[in-house]
Amino acid sequence: MPRTALKQFTIEHLQIMDQDGNVDPALDPKIPDQDLKELYRTMLKARMVDDRMYKLQAQGRMGTFPGVKGQEGCLGYGYALGKDDSIVPAFRETAALFYRGAPIKNILQYFMGMEEANVFPPEVKILPIPIAIGSQTLHGAGLAWANQIQNKPGVVLTFFGDGGSSEGDFHEACNMAGIFKLPVIFVCINNGWAISVPRTTQCASETLAQKAVGYGFPGIQVDGNDFMATYVACKEALDRARKGEGPTLIESVTYRLGAHTTADDPKRYRSEKEVEVWKPRDPMIRFKAYMEKKKLWSEAWQTKLEQEIAVEIEEAVREAEAEFQAINPYEMFDHVYSEMTPDLVAQKEHALEFAEEVAALHH
Amino acid sequence: MPVINMVKALNQALHEEMERDDKVVILGEDVAQVGGVFRVTEGLLDRFGNKRVIDTPVSEAGILGCALGMALGGLKPIAEIQFSGFMHNGFHQLNCHAARYRTRSWGHYHVPMVMRAPIGGGIRALEHHNDSEEALYVQSPGLKVVFPSGPRNAHGLLLSAIRDPDPVMYLEPKRVYRAIREEVPEGAEAIPFGQAQLVHEGKDITLISYGAMLQESLEAADKAASELKVSVEVIDLLSIVPMDTETIINSVKKTGRCVIVHEAPQSCGVGSEIISRINDHALLHLEAPIARVCGYDIPYPFFARESGYLPSVPRILAAIRKTVEF
Ligand SMILES: Cc1ncc(C[n+]2csc(CCOP(=O)(O)OP(=O)(O)O)c2C)c(N)n1
Repeated sequence: MPRTALKQFTIEHLQIMDQDGNVDPALDPKIPDQDLKELYRTMLKARMVDDRMYKLQAQGRMGTFPGVKGQEGCLGYGYALGKDDSIVPAFRETAALFYRGAPIKNILQYFMGMEEANVFPPEVKILPIPIAIGSQTLHGAGLAWANQIQNKPGVVLTFFGDGGSSEGDFHEACNMAGIFKLPVIFVCINNGWAISVPRTTQCASETLAQKAVGYGFPGIQVDGNDFMATYVACKEALDRARKGEGPTLIESVTYRLGAHTTADDPKRYRSEKEVEVWKPRDPMIRFKAYMEKKKLWSEAWQTKLEQEIAVEIEEAVREAEAEFQAINPYEMFDHVYSEMTPDLVAQKEHALEFAEEVAALHH
Repeated sequence: MPVINMVKALNQALHEEMERDDKVVILGEDVAQVGGVFRVTEGLLDRFGNKRVIDTPVSEAGILGCALGMALGGLKPIAEIQFSGFMHNGFHQLNCHAARYRTRSWGHYHVPMVMRAPIGGGIRALEHHNDSEEALYVQSPGLKVVFPSGPRNAHGLLLSAIRDPDPVMYLEPKRVYRAIREEVPEGAEAIPFGQAQLVHEGKDITLISYGAMLQESLEAADKAASELKVSVEVIDLLSIVPMDTETIINSVKKTGRCVIVHEAPQSCGVGSEIISRINDHALLHLEAPIARVCGYDIPYPFFARESGYLPSVPRILAAIRKTVEF
């Protein structure tokens, strides 16, 4: 008996726009100019919000947060989704969330430590931001399953990192999704690092996209800094899901230009040389070059956008901080159960009485 | 003599023990190259190499389950979980396996591993980074549960944890990491488990605590002395499993009053267990009901509201006053 090859696989890499903003005409998704302008504006907004948050953090007005600089190419996923589709996010896809219509205020207040910021407007269909790595992939699968069982339209896109792909939850989510052909898209934002641990220490496989093979559905690797590639790959995955063909895994190769969080010092584990290689691949630079070539970009337009967005951000900061100032910590009892248990009623009363006592002491 | 903080004291203990025993290995997320996100394992990679200090993927079940296997294979693994709130991803490896291997094999196999993790709140961290889940580990018989409160005892208890033949959950109150400095001589002795420390002698009331709450308790004891003229005896548990019931009972017999302070949720927390033991052994010595100042029975709030959650000096003081005035 000879040995026979039972199965063979190839994993595609998709890039549509190169580093200088040139688009492959055969792959060009032909995004209308108006949309391009809106996309550019959103990418700029994501970057400007990030910058503003660093300043707020340095002034002690915001907690530790993970920067998104360099990863704004994920915007294409937000652009591809239809109104019935939802996002189960990780914590670094601000650009995609903004494109869906997530308010700046939510992102600010989330990192100011406010639970209520996790409630996005219903029409944007974004679930709360999770902190436990990888856990959300299962929620994405489950949400998609609910749609499938109830014959509801709507595909679920769930984001996670290269680090997240190492968690057992990711395996279990892919396994379920593959078996039951769930309308879910797994988008692995591979930014090269999970804190100090490089991609090569997350998994010995050459691509993360090829993990899909083991679960019986397609995987594709895209240039994650090319918003056209993320958009097109997502579109294809959405079509498959809508036709009942099940999940897709998209590995979105990007780079975390900054630190893991404001508490991290990347100099301890990665070389400046590596960062230098990635700097020119910045999704923002490419997008701008493309817009310039299309004569959609001008210095004056950029200035106008920056001014508009700055006003938008300041308004959001003002509102976010005003609400933050008005916080009553004792609301923390109110949302644990549908109805407060007798124990919690007593604990809250006790806490309030005590707060009054302390306040009285200080007056 | 070196006066150091808890991070340095833990680091010193790891250096000493890895030097002493070449079976000791460390594994976890970010432990090698950056020396842990809190720098507890700093310098160990350079000294001991990447076979003994191992950066792993983001995989708590992987880390804990493999550490268990390593322990069965003759090593002494120290698994660092970045924050105790992420221990749950590997909880079955602890509760169903590490804790039970000895029983399961009727004493034939044992699991000499240490799980180290920062625990507790008060540092404006994100969700899951603040929880105190020690009760879950107390409810996993077979695990020892250790909870240092300062640099010196952190050092001595870590030595014991590494030398212990059983799985040890070693919980580090991260709020204390850099807050206190103490003298920790090189080659300082291991501190045995099951011996609480009487940190402050008093005669009117016993205050029992551990971890980060010890500082609040000591401050409250000071205030009670000056403001309420109440003499407070303060006990630091240090290890929860095994628990030093004797020290607790002797103190309560002496004072007749007791307040317990911990930041984990109140219901079925370590405080409940302590009260139960006092009921068993010293009920008739009590002059007042035992009070608890704990976290509430709610998920640890995001940091905008954590000030309302954490036991504070005024809350402890109020409990002391109420107990004394009963
Ligand atoms: C279950 C769990 N383990 C550990 C952590 C601590 N942690 C926070 S972010 C991170 C790295 C995650 O890397 P990746 O999934 O690649 O996402 P990235 O941060 O690069 O966007 C780790 C280990 C966590 N939040 N959750």
